[in-house]
Amino acid sequence: MSEPLLSVGDLRTYFHDAETIARAVDGVSFDVTRGEIVAVVGESGSGKSVTALSVLRLIRKPGRIEQGSRIFFEGREILDLSETEMRDIRGNRIAMIFQEPMSALNPVLTVGEQIAEVVRVHTDASRHDAWERAVEMLALTGMSDPRERATAYPHQLSGGMRQRVMIAMALVLKPALLIADEPTTALDVTIQAQILELLQKLQEQLGMAVLLITHDLGVVAEIADRVVVMYGGEVVERATVTELFGAPQHPYTEGLMNAMPRLNQQTERLSTIPGIVPPSTAWPNGCRFRDRCSYAWEKCEMEHPPLYTIDGNHESRCHLAVEPERRESSHEPIAARGQVHR
Amino acid sequence: MNETRNTKLLEITHLSKTFSARGGLSGNKSGDIVAVNDVSFSIARGETLGVVGESGCGKTTMGRAILRLIEPTAGKVEFDGVDLLALRGAGLRGMRRRMQIVFQDPFSSLNPRMTVGAAVKEGILIHHIAEGREADQRVKVLFEEVGLDPAYASRYPHEFSGGQRQRIGVARALAVEPEMIVCDEPVSALDVSVQAQVINLLQDLQRDRGLTYLFIAHDLSVVQHIADRVAVMYLGRIVEIASAADLYADPIMPYTQALLSAVPRPEPARHVARIVLQGEPPSPANPPPGCVFYPRCHHPRKDEACTQIVPPLEEKTPGHFAACIKEPPRAVELLMPAAEEAR
Repeated sequence: MSEPLLSVGDLRTYFHDAETIARAVDGVSFDVTRGEIVAVVGESGSGKSVTALSVLRLIRKPGRIEQGSRIFFEGREILDLSETEMRDIRGNRIAMIFQEPMSALNPVLTVGEQIAEVVRVHTDASRHDAWERAVEMLALTGMSDPRERATAYPHQLSGGMRQRVMIAMALVLKPALLIADEPTTALDVTIQAQILELLQKLQEQLGMAVLLITHDLGVVAEIADRVVVMYGGEVVERATVTELFGAPQHPYTEGLMNAMPRLNQQTERLSTIPGIVPPSTAWPNGCRFRDRCSYAWEKCEMEHPPLYTIDGNHESRCHLAVEPERRESSHEPIAARGQVHR
Repeated sequence: MNETRNTKLLEITHLSKTFSARGGLSGNKSGDIVAVNDVSFSIARGETLGVVGESGCGKTTMGRAILRLIEPTAGKVEFDGVDLLALRGAGLRGMRRRMQIVFQDPFSSLNPRMTVGAAVKEGILIHHIAEGREADQRVKVLFEEVGLDPAYASRYPHEFSGGQRQRIGVARALAVEPEMIVCDEPVSALDVSVQAQVINLLQDLQRDRGLTYLFIAHDLSVVQHIADRVAVMYLGRIVEIASAADLYADPIMPYTQALLSAVPRPEPARHVARIVLQGEPPSPANPPPGCVFYPRCHHPRKDEACTQIVPPLEEKTPGHFAACIKEPPRAVELLMPAAEEAR
């Protein structure tokens, strides 16, 4: 077994203020191997984006990556690096693209200049060579007339085009890892299909690994190799994409899958997960999902479940793993009781 | 005649909305944008018509033009036999009571300085439906109906989650006892689990109150789930309209086919060839001649003729209308690439 490219261990990123501590990411561990696509899935408040930002050490005060967290990348502990060393990694070895490309691009520079700037900051390429690489990269993202488009300003491009520019900028130095935070969420479905296809093509061509942050299980099924499901600042399930969709183990994963309306599968009524994600300043003790879970029993309140191994590489943070017979006795979750929610 | 009046609650004929565009700093007139272009359809009482399409296709503008939140440029909007565009003042206000809207963004559509109870009560007072204690009682009942604790009425919007705010938006629409609600992307800002709660709520309310919905959304799975009939819009026009069952099972317009095939499915094992559309929708300020979809169309038999005629929305099979002058491509023609790969 080769060493993973990225290894996140017991990552805890907390946000401190005078009275409270928001434990946004609370003990997250996962690996990314060279050349694979790992998806981190979860809803708002699950901690998935903070996890991604932590890997790049882009957490601002009052946020803090806590002592004991480990982020091992290409043989180095990222959390021990100086800010200068870190800057060399960002954009060079690990690149990131965001949901909203407009706010991530500089409005007063042409897109070609912005891509070339990345090259010039990280290498000793001349102005001319950097520009040529920018044009080349735009062509690789499937942009027609790349030389001409390179002279455009962000506002002159459509959302899909801007996302292509972001991808070109992220990949121009051929990073080993691309972190893509909801890269297609702001795009229309036909443009989303183009961008996903592009990401897959470039991932293969450049042999890079991708850490895909998303809330969309459809996107996950399309392109991911492995999946990390997050809830309440923790990993609640880890599996290959086939295992996850074939046999979801955690009640939260199961709930998410049942709550999605699916194309050409008519159901009279969607199943829902009652209640809402608890605030990160007050995670419940025991299992963090228990109030919304239709299987929860006393143990779930008493004992915080570990990540149980189901088989091989499939893990689930749910006591059902050791008491599977309880799947037969589902009931109304606490969050649905006494509530007027209909 | 009487019969049609009973079944058709809303009838739209040749509705258009043009925005005049001024380009550049000099303010030169640079052509008009036809956001909604000659759209006709009707909705029966108690029916849900879904409207799908990508950003900029005109679906939101159309929804607002129907309610006259935006003045239509041309066409006719009849609600229960009354010509809405001929109304003004009190007459229009009276009709507005019968048709309401729920917006996409539950964060910006509520006044942050007004308690949510007051926001819901506003319509009741404006339309003189009730006053004083009776109005408060109505607010309480509405809160219960949308699944919120009535004690929350004295709170402000920022104290609620996205899903709860959307319930408040629904309660506010229901307050004036409308017959029809235009739902403009009502669940697209919500997380999956919360989205399912709001969809179920909308369906329950429709059943209990006999509501009619114009349900505008970009999410094709959500629309299939909730709609009886579905209209597909592209560049201001309706290019296909049919029962949800027919449209999803047997899309005729190449655009609809591409749209459906682009939806990511949560089934990793499924490897069906996808029609990936090239390029992006053209600018509505400068639409292509003839069929607006022609430049991106993947129809194997598309030709010159497509650029010369604006294809009319024709009934291809009973109840299934599409705006394409060609015979629809057969499934086998579309799946060719996959078949080749398999070999």
